[in-house]
Amino acid sequence: MTKIELTVNGTKQTREVEDRALLVDVLRDQLQLTGTHIGCDTSQCGCCTVHVNGRAVKSCTMLAVQAGGADIVTIEGLAKGDKLHPVQQAFTDCHALQCGFCTPGMIMAITALLKDNPQPTDEEIYHGLEGNLCRCTGYINIVKAVKRSAELMK
Amino acid sequence: MFEFNYVKAKSLTEAQALIAAHPEAKLLSGGMTLIPTLKQRLAQPSHLVDIGGLPELRGIEVKGTQLVIGAATQHYEVASSPVVKKALPALAALANQIGDPQVRNRGTLGGSVANNDPAADYPAAVLALDATVVTNKREIAAGDFFQGMFATALEDGEIVMRVRFNIPKRAAYEKFPHPASGYAMAGVFVAEGAAGMRVAVTGAASGVFRWAEAEQALTKKLNADALEGLPLDETNMNEDIHATREYRANLARVMAKRALKKMLAEK
Repeated sequence: MTKIELTVNGTKQTREVEDRALLVDVLRDQLQLTGTHIGCDTSQCGCCTVHVNGRAVKSCTMLAVQAGGADIVTIEGLAKGDKLHPVQQAFTDCHALQCGFCTPGMIMAITALLKDNPQPTDEEIYHGLEGNLCRCTGYINIVKAVKRSAELMK
Repeated sequence: MFEFNYVKAKSLTEAQALIAAHPEAKLLSGGMTLIPTLKQRLAQPSHLVDIGGLPELRGIEVKGTQLVIGAATQHYEVASSPVVKKALPALAALANQIGDPQVRNRGTLGGSVANNDPAADYPAAVLALDATVVTNKREIAAGDFFQGMFATALEDGEIVMRVRFNIPKRAAYEKFPHPASGYAMAGVFVAEGAAGMRVAVTGAASGVFRWAEAEQALTKKLNADALEGLPLDETNMNEDIHATREYRANLARVMAKRALKKMLAEK
């Protein structure tokens, strides 16, 4: 067991974790932040995407101990009170989700993509979302939502 | 995962001491291959020594005719670095094609090179650019470093510190990615360097290799037509559910032509 300190969605957290615990399991089971989903558990699908020190990572493929001292943002940290984050708002506006399982990971990947590239082209959006799968195949509306997000964030 | 003890090394010296003290320890950097391997219980290290953040293993700089990149430099850093884009744009483009954005944010150059996955992208660049892998013990030429599937010249306890790439006149990389994993089904890095043309193929065979016939033909005549009908040994190609040997050999030819055209289109 190792004691780690994390800042999660702006709040300092200290937890004893098993050395082999995955970040996603600590977020979900110890911090009760179940908005981060476990999809494939093999770093393919991107459902578990969170931000670690400002970069999108797959939290099923990172040990919690590796995140010691890091600043983490999960889907729960995006909205400000009742006001949705522009990417969340764009998903609502564009009907960019069907079953919703991939949505938290998609939104975390998109917020990271738009930080690096605020006005992505279609090709850049496809390339930027290669790490996220939607099994409802709702990609058309997801791509629309990325563009809508870019407008909302101008 | 089996249980292990995680230790974050505070210096290279500490990492070396930890690795020496625990023969069953493994080095951890980005973990993009190691963590999935552990999750499948395909490895059972006693300790994971995290060298990911070590300052000795970071940094990107041009030194004379070489581009030197620290082993713990993440793929996204190489892909977005103005220094790499200026000195060796083909390498930045290659780094931007590895895995997906989340993987590029964690995975490192040193990890990719030390792992030597037969379908990894970096080994093609390291070999085609006649790079030098610098470890905590010695310097290893690319041609000696890669030794087939997941095998390298690294000894126990040896840590990749940086890679020195020779800056070519021109270079390009083209790969046919597996549609699910993004790994190269065949990837070809072509480079016009001081000593002529070098062509390295990844993904197609059990390990990265130089396509000698293509190098000779292109050194004589630098043109995509020079690759027509050249022999490429199919017997060493991988054959699996994704592609036959013949298909992979053909993909390698097509990728070589595309890479060459891309290279020749530069300036």
